[in-house]
Amino acid sequence: MKIRAAVAVTAIIASCAGFTSALAQTGESPLRIEITEGVIEPVPIATARFVADSEAAAPFAEEITSIIVDDLVGSGLFRNIPEQAHIAKITNFDSPVQYSDWKAINAEALITGSVEVLPPETISVKFRLFDVFLEVPVGDGIKFTGSKSNLRRLAHKVSDVVYSRMLGEKGYFDSRVAFVSESGPKGSRVKRLAIMDYDGANVRYLSDGRSIVLAPRFSPDGSRIIYTSYESGVPRVYIMDLNTLQSRELVESVEMSFAPRFSPDGRKAIFSLNKGSNTDIFEIDVATGNFRQVTFGNSIETAPSYSPDGQSIVFESDRSGSQQLYVQPINGRAKRISFGDGRYGTPVWSPRGDYIAFTKQAGNRFHIGVMRTDGSEERLLSESFLDEGPTWSPNGRVLMFFRESRGEFGAPFLISVDVTGRNLKKVPTPEFASDPAWSPLLR
Amino acid sequence: MKQIATCAFVAVVAAFAGCTGTDVADYTGNASDGAESIAGIDDGGVSLFDSDITVEHFQSEIGNKVFFDVDQSAITEDIALTLDGQARWLLENTNFDALIEGHTDEQGTREYNLALGARRANSVRDYLIDRGIAGNRLRIVTYGKERPEELCSEEICWSANRRAVSVLTERIGT
Repeated sequence: MKIRAAVAVTAIIASCAGFTSALAQTGESPLRIEITEGVIEPVPIATARFVADSEAAAPFAEEITSIIVDDLVGSGLFRNIPEQAHIAKITNFDSPVQYSDWKAINAEALITGSVEVLPPETISVKFRLFDVFLEVPVGDGIKFTGSKSNLRRLAHKVSDVVYSRMLGEKGYFDSRVAFVSESGPKGSRVKRLAIMDYDGANVRYLSDGRSIVLAPRFSPDGSRIIYTSYESGVPRVYIMDLNTLQSRELVESVEMSFAPRFSPDGRKAIFSLNKGSNTDIFEIDVATGNFRQVTFGNSIETAPSYSPDGQSIVFESDRSGSQQLYVQPINGRAKRISFGDGRYGTPVWSPRGDYIAFTKQAGNRFHIGVMRTDGSEERLLSESFLDEGPTWSPNGRVLMFFRESRGEFGAPFLISVDVTGRNLKKVPTPEFASDPAWSPLLR
Repeated sequence: MKQIATCAFVAVVAAFAGCTGTDVADYTGNASDGAESIAGIDDGGVSLFDSDITVEHFQSEIGNKVFFDVDQSAITEDIALTLDGQARWLLENTNFDALIEGHTDEQGTREYNLALGARRANSVRDYLIDRGIAGNRLRIVTYGKERPEELCSEEICWSANRRAVSVLTERIGT
């Protein structure tokens, strides 16, 4: 079994090449989990505490092991067999695995690993995945190297490989979420742009709260966000570089603009503009700032989202008399796709292209739901006083949205849920939080 | 920035609404000067005219707010009555412009509510223009559901939040 080496996290692009070819050799595994709508029993796995190759590495080994367990268990697809139940202890990463020790505790899969500290600031993680019942390794071992400050990312990378080997598709753990962090009373909420890891770690604030900010969305390469700010006194669309935190007004117009999203190639963005006395959808060339109108009419057209191929958009319109969803080839005719009871808004096309997620309002309750892109197979995943604004995980398997509680002291918080409707849970944030947007998988 | 300026202005107006004396800076000063000169012309029944020109009168007697039904932005008779008063006041007080804020209740998605708030503000602006106010004296902004005035999650609060507010701004240099 050869360990595939990859260089530095700065370097994770370089590691991707190694990563992909390792995956290619994986082939079909009997361990593979099929995600269906039926209830699934989480797969029992054992994660042997990663071996520290020195005393200095011990705390890192422990932390990485626990982040991996949190990722996998948090997906709702795995059940962790606690360390106390382990019969065997892995003390040497390269010693042969005694499968019987892991079979005895009913682990279907075993993850082993080791952590090495390369002074001053570098750590490297090696790991292997085993099918305990077939007594075979699943794919090659892999090594990730990065700085200590990226320790969580190294662990998420391991989790993503485990996930992809067992599900046959990419994971979503090494990703971030941009959102609006909220504080203060309901009538005068202070809103700040913020970004964090998908699991709520490493929160960073991107704006100071002086202006209302709304609905940040990532560029497809994750390097920029596009959002709405009241900096000028009225809502307008801005773009921010996440490395420099410099922002500029994207839509140069005296009119109000909002609800922007990038195109899948990152060159364009689609948004709403209040032109004359009405709100329509426009598309802008991000580099030149030239924009053109794509919906026409006296009704409200807003909340547009591109299809993954960039050829179509889905948006909401009240042209029929109430908010409904429409799909339109970018220069073509719109076709209504939502026909259930109630009203539908905030449609978002899945990165896999298979579903459109939306907010549904019916009978004074709000739901997050998904439907096929032709409107069929509508399924509601949540219900509350106010659920709103879904965003897709980069692999299209999980949705995040925000829920606002009722009343004078009502406030929003983030929730994630599987596209199957399982595993609905709160995402921790330091303050109230709304308008989540999931990044692409980091490189 | 402008946001803060507007808030400060509103605070001044609010203070003025309850004021009796000289403690409220420039703004009150100007208004009392006006009141004195008018009082000098007529020694009795002009108090009505006196109060007509105040911002307080605009806010509480005419009404700086109009209220809409769910999802609606149409100018109803009630709304028209208020806006006719606003138009008359603005025609007489040409040193003031208005910023029309469109608001919604919390029952709806953020983007839709921004668009609906814009529609309400547009609707008020268009009506005031019809009543003879110059378009360049009227600016609009939508807050959607971002700035509720009443905080409960019941219809009594929601109906108070489905509003358009005409915020007076004194023109500088006239």
